[in-house]
Amino acid sequence: MRLNSKGLINRDKAVSFTFDGASYSGFEGDTVASALLANDVRLMARSFKYHRPRGVLTAGSEEPNALVTIGKGAAQDPNVRATVQEIYAGLDVRSQNNWPSLSIDALSVNNLLSPFLGAGFYYKTFMWPKAFWEKLYEPVIRRAAGLGALSEQHNPDRYEQAFAFCDVLIIGAGPSGLMAALTAAQAGLDVIVADEDSIMGGRLNAETYEIDGMPGADWARTMVQRLSEMDNVRLMTRTTVTGAYDQGTYGALERVNHHAPRKDGAPLECFWRIVAKASILAAGALERPIAFRNNDRPGIMTAGAVRTYANRWGVAAGQSLVVFGNNDNAVRTARDLQNTGVHIAAYVDSRDDVDLVGDFPIFTRGAITNTTGHLGVESVTIEHAGGTDRIATQSVAMSGGWNPSVHLTCHMNARPTWHEDIASFVPTPNSIPGMRVVGSASGALSTQSCLQSGHAVALDVVSDLDGTATDISIPVAEDDPYRLEQLWAVPGKGRAWLDFQNDVTVKDIKQAAQENFRSVEHVKRYTTQGMATDQGKNSNVAALAILADATGRGIPETGTTTFRPPYSPVSIAAMGSNAQGIGFMPQRFTTSHAASVARRAPMIEAGLWYRPSFFPQEGERHWRESCDREVSMVRSTVGVCDVSTLGKIDIQGPDAAKLLDFVYTNTFSTLKEGRVRYGLMLREDGHVMDDGTTARMGPNHYVMTTTTAAAGEVMRHLDFVHQCLHPEWDVSFVSVTEQWAQFAVAGPKSRDLLNGIVDQDITSETFPFMGCGEVDILGVKGRLFRISFSGEHAYEVAVPARYGESFYQILVNRAEAMDGGPYGMEALNVLRIEKGLITHAEIHGRTTAYDIGMDKMVSRKKDCVGQTMAARQGLMDPDRERLIGLKPVGVVKQITAGAHLFNADAEAVRVNDQGYVTSVAYSPTLGHFLGLAFLKRGPERIGETIKMVDHLRGVVTLCQVIDPVAFDPEGGRVRG
Amino acid sequence: MDKLVAKSACAGLLPLTIGGAQVTDITPSHITSLAPYNGQEAALSQALKKAHGLTLPSANEATENGAMRAVWGGSHVYLVGGAPDAALATHAALTDQTDAWSMVKLQGQMVQSVLARLVPVDVRLAHFPVGRAVRTKLAHLSVSLVRVSDDAFVIMAFRSMAKTLVHDLKEAMTSLQGRGSL
Repeated sequence: MRLNSKGLINRDKAVSFTFDGASYSGFEGDTVASALLANDVRLMARSFKYHRPRGVLTAGSEEPNALVTIGKGAAQDPNVRATVQEIYAGLDVRSQNNWPSLSIDALSVNNLLSPFLGAGFYYKTFMWPKAFWEKLYEPVIRRAAGLGALSEQHNPDRYEQAFAFCDVLIIGAGPSGLMAALTAAQAGLDVIVADEDSIMGGRLNAETYEIDGMPGADWARTMVQRLSEMDNVRLMTRTTVTGAYDQGTYGALERVNHHAPRKDGAPLECFWRIVAKASILAAGALERPIAFRNNDRPGIMTAGAVRTYANRWGVAAGQSLVVFGNNDNAVRTARDLQNTGVHIAAYVDSRDDVDLVGDFPIFTRGAITNTTGHLGVESVTIEHAGGTDRIATQSVAMSGGWNPSVHLTCHMNARPTWHEDIASFVPTPNSIPGMRVVGSASGALSTQSCLQSGHAVALDVVSDLDGTATDISIPVAEDDPYRLEQLWAVPGKGRAWLDFQNDVTVKDIKQAAQENFRSVEHVKRYTTQGMATDQGKNSNVAALAILADATGRGIPETGTTTFRPPYSPVSIAAMGSNAQGIGFMPQRFTTSHAASVARRAPMIEAGLWYRPSFFPQEGERHWRESCDREVSMVRSTVGVCDVSTLGKIDIQGPDAAKLLDFVYTNTFSTLKEGRVRYGLMLREDGHVMDDGTTARMGPNHYVMTTTTAAAGEVMRHLDFVHQCLHPEWDVSFVSVTEQWAQFAVAGPKSRDLLNGIVDQDITSETFPFMGCGEVDILGVKGRLFRISFSGEHAYEVAVPARYGESFYQILVNRAEAMDGGPYGMEALNVLRIEKGLITHAEIHGRTTAYDIGMDKMVSRKKDCVGQTMAARQGLMDPDRERLIGLKPVGVVKQITAGAHLFNADAEAVRVNDQGYVTSVAYSPTLGHFLGLAFLKRGPERIGETIKMVDHLRGVVTLCQVIDPVAFDPEGGRVRG
Repeated sequence: MDKLVAKSACAGLLPLTIGGAQVTDITPSHITSLAPYNGQEAALSQALKKAHGLTLPSANEATENGAMRAVWGGSHVYLVGGAPDAALATHAALTDQTDAWSMVKLQGQMVQSVLARLVPVDVRLAHFPVGRAVRTKLAHLSVSLVRVSDDAFVIMAFRSMAKTLVHDLKEAMTSLQGRGSL
């Protein structure tokens, strides 16, 4: 119900929203939880395991119960805490984990089965038969237990990530955080204040405290106003610092557009990485419930939450209230609610001596021992010094004390320290480099001590960072003692909840201890205590206390479980925001991209690059038709192909040749100017890393090409060799892959084509096979290399990339005039397989120069990377799988890549494996399939018939072992 | 007679103005990488001073003289805009990189906020003054970033990635504008 004249809401502005299809009205400033309570809706969710009816337990981000789903369809957002979600016009809220409805949930039958569903139930029950787990048990359990569901559709929402830098990051904007912020900011430091709430002030917005005679919320507002006027302060509301990481980096989640209808372009959330020289943790404390029988009914909340709903939102969970506690916060609750229109039905305190006067029964040395009610609490049973009473009530406020929010201090593996005075854990100093802790988070639980510690600690930070401290007077606030008597669980029968989110009761913890799960980490896994979205924020300490008691140890000895990031849930979408859709990875386009697309070429990804597969012509219905035509075209006239994606590295310096000799297996120091040589590169372990050609452009100037796939790897390798192995060599290299648009012009008519556009006369003398040089191409300085990856008379011609698109058009137009044209990756692949030329399909990382038949290329006259390791016995074993060609000789004519080879009469099983197929093509030139494969003792077995078996595709083909070079083995065409 | 037509890396993608920032295409006349030979750093700097009136920048810096700018580009590498004097070749390996880069200018009052969404570098003016030059990542791209005025940066990314560069900038600018409407 809504109380009169209280709260920080705007009562002039009504906001309507829906919950499970029904329309409700709240005020601007309400959360879903406060607005529903105002509408007398106490039942908001069903529990995870037993499907027990649940309402809100808290008023903050630690909420374990009231998880709801926001929105529909692709934008559906599950497991949103109703205590955090602000309402706005049109907001669509749905309850989750129930069927057919929240008030009649069929699976609440689990609640009746609870005697069987205790700790370890799944582990004990679903042990066998083994196969049933995956197929039957798990799906059924998953359906029964659970929280919200994802839409399983593509997420259309926009997310964002961002970086921020500051001198001091202040985490939390309650009294201590605000005081610290002002102290640091006035000293000239760059300050970021991050607070998870929509308005700053922390508990000051939830309590009736006064600071300097001013209501606490007003003081907070004044402070925030002051800070917002300072240039060196950045205030971030709705921003939860979720993790503390190395080097003063903090992760933070900002809820940018959750509190209003979706705005075009606005991100829903932003994941921040904040780098701070120092940080001040002012995250406050979280109140812990008391475990008593049936303490989980809707209407039963922490006392702090009851005060927050009353003071901040002017809301009460019911017309009547019973307060139960073990410390003076319970007293404060009764006082705050006394004159609000809520009938206080009883005050129960476990202590003897309570300083409270009221027109309601006050029970000391008392406890609530049970509650009744179906979809909400209806009455409580109280045992006290004077006997037992049963009292009707619509709500209960319980306070078992406060737990400082130590979580972030534990993110780098530190453990908190037990503090007996407040019966709780406090941060261990210096747990996070550069982080200091103030206020309630450090165990200072009065407002005055919060203000003082905020100020004092900020002064330490100012001094560390060489700021200039100015005089700031510390305002006067309440400094009441905490006065707590430890009470974790009320003894008695029945289920008393500790972890509301995972349905873990006192009994479960005791049972786990009984079954010898003594380590707190084991108990967590066995009982699920402290798991899921709230990570046990409300329950961990109490559960520990019960475990300590059950195992006969103290709480400090028992220890805590590990708090890891994130502090509260962070959507994967926010962390991966810049990887949505095409943002997943960069796209690299060649200069001929648009022209290829215009010719309807399907583009395939080659690393980050996009390359044309083939160029379909009118009437061609299958890629093979296009591919076969393109292959024949190159073999008969001329084809043009963009090869700009290959790595190009410009190498210069007096020691350039030394570097080449060292990284290539063969010798380059003997290469003449104006000539190109094929080279093979080994890794340090002796296996082949990459191959390519290197051209000598000048006395100390070379251009190396790499494969597209290994361009980055080769560059890194060269850097390694130069920086680590031979820093004395005077050589430099830089990638020029992007500088040049380079095109293969291949086929018998390639020279004719080029002679029309290159100023120099291209002849067998000026540009013999493996010749190179600078040329003028239509008035632009370019480079020409006579190299071939097709076995044809071919060139690669390069122009500065700005001319690439234009040059490609010219080349293709000219080729077409000569009955040639463009060819794509498929044809390029067929051409090279016909010639037995390797790619990374063959040099896949496990093959050596010996395996690919190039051991003669490993020069013994000089040293090179990988030479010694390549000579190891096992790598020179003739029994190794070595490169050969395959052609079909039986009825089946198909060869498939990835298939394995077996002797013709052997059974096709693993132990008989003789090798595998790496590359396959249908050769239109030869009229049959061709394969490149690795076969044990391969080169010795040319002519043998062997069986290819593709277990995956069910293909068995008899093949003849042939030389890898199936077409033009003499190489006459390439020299033509 | 066929004629080669030059096309900028960002042709058709720019200019872009969203909210408080704009991106424009820069088509440089020259970009040359200078890699000084062993022990030639000082001599190269002198030659640069003599020929072009600017010195070799230190790490994470850029130097400028009129239209000529030298930008630190990594370990022993400098990128120089403007036609390089032939004398520099005595001291360093010169490589033409004019066409290797897509080069854009990001300008406007929101420039720092745009970069904060893309670049893990502190771009606050006091920490990243005019003349600062870093190699860093912009979203997933490797870039060179130079502050050329209080409210303007020059960004260089690989030419083939121009579309992704503009896409990433546009995403960040759109998000910022969207935030402004909340």
